[in-house]
Amino acid sequence: MQKEEILKGVQDVFIDVLEDDNIVLNYNTTADDIMGWDSLNHVVIIVEIEKKFNLKFKLEEIQSFKNIGEICDIIFNKVNTN
Amino acid sequence: MNFKELKKNLTRDYTGFKIIKIAILGDSATQLLVQAIKGYGYDEKINFEIYEADYQQIEQEIINLDSKLYEFNPEYIVIFESTEKLINDFYKIGKEYKNNYADTHIERIKNLWNRINRKLNCKIINFNYVEINDNVFGNYGNKVEIAFIYQIKKLNLNLMEAARGYKNIFINDVCTLHNIIGRKNLFDRRLYISSNIVFNIDFLPLVAKNVVDIIKAASGKINKCLILDLDNVVWGGIIGDDGINNIQIGELGIGKAFSELQMWAKQLKERGILLAICSKNTEKIAKEPFTNHPDMILHLDDISIFVVNWGNKVDNIKYIQSVLNIGFDSMVFIDDSSFERNMIRKMIPEITVPELPEDPVDYIPYLRNLNLFETISYSDEDSDRTKKYQYEAKRAKFKTNFSSIDDYLKNLNMIAEVAEFDDYHTPRIAQLTQRSNQFNLRTKRYTEQDISEIRKSNQYITRYFKLEDKFGEYGLIGIVILKKVNNNSVFIDTLIVSCRVLKRGMEEFIFNKIAKLGAREGYNKIIGEYLPTPKNVLVKDIFKEFGFSKEGNRWVLDVKDYRERKTFIKEK
Repeated sequence: MQKEEILKGVQDVFIDVLEDDNIVLNYNTTADDIMGWDSLNHVVIIVEIEKKFNLKFKLEEIQSFKNIGEICDIIFNKVNTN
Repeated sequence: MNFKELKKNLTRDYTGFKIIKIAILGDSATQLLVQAIKGYGYDEKINFEIYEADYQQIEQEIINLDSKLYEFNPEYIVIFESTEKLINDFYKIGKEYKNNYADTHIERIKNLWNRINRKLNCKIINFNYVEINDNVFGNYGNKVEIAFIYQIKKLNLNLMEAARGYKNIFINDVCTLHNIIGRKNLFDRRLYISSNIVFNIDFLPLVAKNVVDIIKAASGKINKCLILDLDNVVWGGIIGDDGINNIQIGELGIGKAFSELQMWAKQLKERGILLAICSKNTEKIAKEPFTNHPDMILHLDDISIFVVNWGNKVDNIKYIQSVLNIGFDSMVFIDDSSFERNMIRKMIPEITVPELPEDPVDYIPYLRNLNLFETISYSDEDSDRTKKYQYEAKRAKFKTNFSSIDDYLKNLNMIAEVAEFDDYHTPRIAQLTQRSNQFNLRTKRYTEQDISEIRKSNQYITRYFKLEDKFGEYGLIGIVILKKVNNNSVFIDTLIVSCRVLKRGMEEFIFNKIAKLGAREGYNKIIGEYLPTPKNVLVKDIFKEFGFSKEGNRWVLDVKDYRERKTFIKEK
């Protein structure tokens, strides 16, 4: 799976969970850039990403995300090592 | 280890391993369990020599001192009873024995242990029980002694306590294993460690639904009637095509799945849920299994109303509603045809119409888990409700003999019992406040505890009303709660008459009683209030009819002006 595809998938999850069709993500997007991406929604977003890509994050990974790029990197590694 | 690996072990060489003899006694098929245990033995360097008793021979093997079990002389005996089997036994016993089920059963098990101990010097591994809620009572089953969930939980506790008295008894905690597997789907360690959230996001909605189910029931939104289709719901196959000998119930085909549905429906009926049949069939043919098929669990006298014809189901359900006189929003309709389901949903949106799984074997777990019949009360009268509706059908027939209503009412020989609220009737009284919608002036919902407090307080005057006639008892069908306002007046806090007895003179009887009570206790004024709901339009003019006059939002009756109303009901 290519990185762009992963970014698009993550973006779909954000749009779905936060109910905002206007969300556009790039690798540098952080929580500050997205309305509604608070700690509670973060929990929901992570679970939905896990379902979408059929994988599990470690807690440390979840807590270390600084931006969308890092989330995509971890997904990329997990998806492509399986 | 997974099962396949264990099974592979069976072909390996066990020679030289220590031999341990185990006997396995189960009420379900145990062959695969035996293979798994033996397979584990290879890794542990144990050669398990296993005696497997015939299916469902637990008791016979243990009681009979000449059985193969004793001949085998095992070092360990595994006793494995399944909840699936227990629930069927539980359903078969009468209501009056259900509250003792766990206590009776543990005595039975202790007898088996004692018997074994007299004959053998072995260790016994007894499985405990998976705790399944059949949701006949919903969550409320956790406080109703005759509910299965109550008894199965109690049985697990009984088993622990009993085992403490025996050095050679060990419990295989299957219930916890079950929970572990369930917990994998509902607990997310990461959410707990990071955010202190103990249920994961996919499980939370179920927890929330349970809370909402209880609140719905407590605020009066409860289901009272289950309407069942026949073909491929009550039995497998089409009675009109397959005939009585080929429909699937009992041991035929996947008949067990349909028998379970019937058992569940029967338990609901015993709890007081009305069963109705609505099916496109020829009535005579459709009734035949109910009267002649040996494996039918439901019989005609379990059914409040049997509507079978070739008309459309919308009209038929409307007819059922008109006879039972309960709201569409308290009915559940189960049909295997998506066409019928969608039609009913569209034409009668208030009614609950669950989807059904494709495969009939999934019907029962699916329907149980929907928790359609959550409740917040149960009284002994509930189980007779079907009978009461059947009396009603007889009355309707009797009525046609008379040209005037008065003649009919006179000939019913109605007798009422009136008394202050007491401990015994408290559950039913609370329930009436929770269930009644039509003849209910203020629709205040009370719990049993509320009713007990009202009963003990000197601020209230209370009366319940029971009615019987030549056809049978209606039970407790009316209540009045008067609140003392001052030395001169009382306020009608609650006045409820069950819709079963409307237009028989009970309304008149109760108002006569209220006026008399007021006069006797020295209150000149009786104040009433009508709080409208979508369902109590029936009583919007009731105060006017009984001579109250309007003062602002309230209605006031001067007791000395009350004109006693005619009624054919005599007081006991």
